Amino acid sequence: MTATAARPSNSRGPRVRAPRGGRLRLPAVWRTPLAIVGAVIALAWVVVAFTAPLWVPYPPDAQMLPRLLPPGTDGAILGTDALGRDLFSRLMSGAGVTIPLSLMLVAASVVIGTVIGASAGYFGKWVDEVLMRITDLFMAFPTVILAMVVAASLGPSLFNAVIAAIVVSWPQYARVTRSLVLGLRGQNYVIAGRLLGHSPLRSLLADIAPNITGPVVVLAALDIGSAILLLSGLSFLGLGAQPPTAEWGSMISSALQNFDAWWIGLFPGLAILTVVMAFNFIGDSLRDALDPSSRTERAASGVVAAPKTEDEALKGTGASA
Amino acid sequence: MSALTITDLNVDLGRPVVRGLSLTLEPGKIQGLAGESGSGKTVTSLAVLGLLPRTARVTGSIRVGETEIIGLRTGALNRVRGRRVAMVFQDPSASLHPQLTVGHQLTDHVRTHMKLDRKAAKAHALELLERVRVPDPEAALGRYPHQFSGGQRQRVAIAIALACDPDVLLADEPTTALDVTVQAGILRLIRDLADERRLAVLLVTHDLGVLSAIADDIAVMRQGVIVESATRAELFINPQHAYTRELLSAMPGSPYEEAPRVD
Amino acid sequence: MTLPRTQKTSRAPGERPAGDPPAGRSRPRRTSPLLGYLLRRLGTSVLLLLGVTIVTFALTNLVPGNPVAAALGEGAASNPETVAAYVKRYGLDQPLPVQYLTYLGNLLQGDLGRSLATGRPVTTDLATAIPATLEIAVLTIIVSLLVATVLGTVAAYRRGMVTDQVVRVVSLVGLSLPTFWLALVSFNFFFLQLRVVPGSGRLTATLTPPPTVTGLFTVDFLLNGDGVGFVDALAHLTLPVFVLSLFTVGLLTRFIRTSVLEVLGSDYVRAARAKGLSPMRIVFDYVLRGASLPILTIVGIAFGALLSGTVLVESVFAWPGLGTYAYNAARNLDLPGIMGVGLVVGFIYLGLNFIVDLLYGLLDPRVRLA
Repeated sequence: MTATAARPSNSRGPRVRAPRGGRLRLPAVWRTPLAIVGAVIALAWVVVAFTAPLWVPYPPDAQMLPRLLPPGTDGAILGTDALGRDLFSRLMSGAGVTIPLSLMLVAASVVIGTVIGASAGYFGKWVDEVLMRITDLFMAFPTVILAMVVAASLGPSLFNAVIAAIVVSWPQYARVTRSLVLGLRGQNYVIAGRLLGHSPLRSLLADIAPNITGPVVVLAALDIGSAILLLSGLSFLGLGAQPPTAEWGSMISSALQNFDAWWIGLFPGLAILTVVMAFNFIGDSLRDALDPSSRTERAASGVVAAPKTEDEALKGTGASA
Repeated sequence: MSALTITDLNVDLGRPVVRGLSLTLEPGKIQGLAGESGSGKTVTSLAVLGLLPRTARVTGSIRVGETEIIGLRTGALNRVRGRRVAMVFQDPSASLHPQLTVGHQLTDHVRTHMKLDRKAAKAHALELLERVRVPDPEAALGRYPHQFSGGQRQRVAIAIALACDPDVLLADEPTTALDVTVQAGILRLIRDLADERRLAVLLVTHDLGVLSAIADDIAVMRQGVIVESATRAELFINPQHAYTRELLSAMPGSPYEEAPRVD
Repeated sequence: MTLPRTQKTSRAPGERPAGDPPAGRSRPRRTSPLLGYLLRRLGTSVLLLLGVTIVTFALTNLVPGNPVAAALGEGAASNPETVAAYVKRYGLDQPLPVQYLTYLGNLLQGDLGRSLATGRPVTTDLATAIPATLEIAVLTIIVSLLVATVLGTVAAYRRGMVTDQVVRVVSLVGLSLPTFWLALVSFNFFFLQLRVVPGSGRLTATLTPPPTVTGLFTVDFLLNGDGVGFVDALAHLTLPVFVLSLFTVGLLTRFIRTSVLEVLGSDYVRAARAKGLSPMRIVFDYVLRGASLPILTIVGIAFGALLSGTVLVESVFAWPGLGTYAYNAARNLDLPGIMGVGLVVGFIYLGLNFIVDLLYGLLDPRVRLA
């Protein structure tokens, strides 16, 4: 395709390019406005998550202010809740609860899902059959519902909520990995490796793994947002973080008892929205870079590519370039 | 008068794809346009229908009868498309909508262009299917494309193209996607239609074998430029351009074919 | 609640023949292909249904802690007679497979246990909650599908231009919304501040619910010819549907855009252009029809996300559906209640996917006629 050749982006995803014009240039993915906005916001929240205890004005659980102060009064920038706790301090501390846990649970889901999916795809036959039927089972429920049921059975706690979230998150990775491995297993270079005497493990790790990283990373990036929504949703239901932990979902839940104090619920929700949005922006940009079929041409970059409708026309013209 | 006159056509899709192309199609004649993929032959046929991307820069002149195509707005283009210039695509399993019946696809443009009512359009469609020799036309109208064989599907696509009695037929590799056994039948059909309807045909293909069978005149295209244009007989007997000879040598049984190596 | 990349990567239960078998390949003829296809789908659904019960059974019985105490509540569990009666009734002194069969038998008789929060049988509670939730869910799907189809199609046609970028950001933001928070904020704003929508519940307190036919108030009012009731019920639906639609539109739009793009690149759309059909004709007759199959698949997935959403949103509006019930059950650690919701939603989801399969068969002549 002419258009692809003309565009600076690389369909193989993030990769540091050679310095040009004396400056190191970021990979194309990270130069889109969406990805930049996402990365900046996400980075800011991650910094907050790890440093908040050092600089918030009050301990998050301290009930040392008047109750239900509106924002901006008496040094409480975002006001206080029904117990007289500083909402700003709680909000910032909340980042340290949700974000690391969400990242961890996505990582765990990726590991579990890819191992199961890769085994199913690689070994095939009954291994595939058994593993995928189990995967189907977990996908037979809408995610929040299954997570709710699991978390409730295990008993309400943040830890159990994370377990529940992992239980509902891994199957998608298993699905994707399996189908990718199935596709790759028959590739000549993989077969060649096996004929050279590579063990199944080596074949999986050396020949197959590099080619499934891309799609799995995209899926994971998009999943971080879902994980944050799920975790805070469970806490909203009372099945996650327990009082007095400062957690965004449970903070919103406590606002249900104080409809007049609009600020109690407003800010934690904005926090969730911005973090999830940031990770979704990143994930979507990564997907764009990886998957040409969903690629959105950047009008801003000045390269106006032909609409997809005409790819056929262009295809015919690309070969003689 | 010529049915289609292309004069000094230039198409730029980020880089020049067709350069200074001129071609004339006469009623009842089949003009072959040969070249390897990427030579710009498909782009040429799309340009005639104004189907190139909006970003394409097209200059020169394309005249259908008296109508200049280049610069025409969609509304006006649509009075030419299908009605005066029709097109048959390479792969009928892709160019027919899988979820619409053959009857629907055979009549929707007829009803738009020729202002026929449902009944008249259906009668017209039946006639067409009979003409292109699709068996059991009545039943065929209610069937979906996947229920036909590849060759029959292309016959249906030809019927669709002919439905509004166009002056010009653009056929882009019409036999490439088909089994060798049915290719000849489709080519013969195109030849017959050109003769009986005084249809001007532009037959685009990479396969000189196809053109040797039915084309009246042949133009050879390479990298956006027509390198040689001649009658069929002249071209096959006395090719002038090196590239034409190269193409001819790729044909099996051609005198230009390289002698098989003996090991 | 993940962003569906393509239908291949995230798919609701069961593999649909969504790979769109190229029409070119001839397939062996079978007798009544649609029926065979549906029977296979039905078989899969029944198996998954059993699977769902195994999951809920396993969760109630295999988790740490005392299942009897969990099912009866701490108070009743301290009475040895109650416990003995319970153990006997559910065969808890039997081996696990037998327990499961007892559990399954009870399910088939509609016995989901007794709610600790309401004291009523869970089945009774859910019977009134299900229609309330379906009313929101169905209306939301209809609204979001319409909006997302317009947005996604426009974005695909304007690929790479400003419109496309705006639609992309809007749908990504929609996907990032914590719905339970949006419900709270919009309830605060549109009801408490502006008073432009009615408050919580399904109906203004002064009105009596319509005679139950479908359980959907709007429909039942209409069937009863009660215009005032219909308008009131619809007004109560506005805010929950609005909140859930924002998320669902985000989910659907991106996917519809991709599907439409794919169809726009197809030969049959180019052929339709070459026929001189009007652009509107091409959109409705060719493009959207071609995209309908992948869109159908994603609607099934979106419906699952939507059921998840209602569980989080309803309680804010005190909407007496599965969501509020689940919220109260979760808050009171009412395990039978939660399991009941899980099971019922699992069933609804499976039922819905079966309907999607059915529609799939009807929309795709290649499945219907083979």
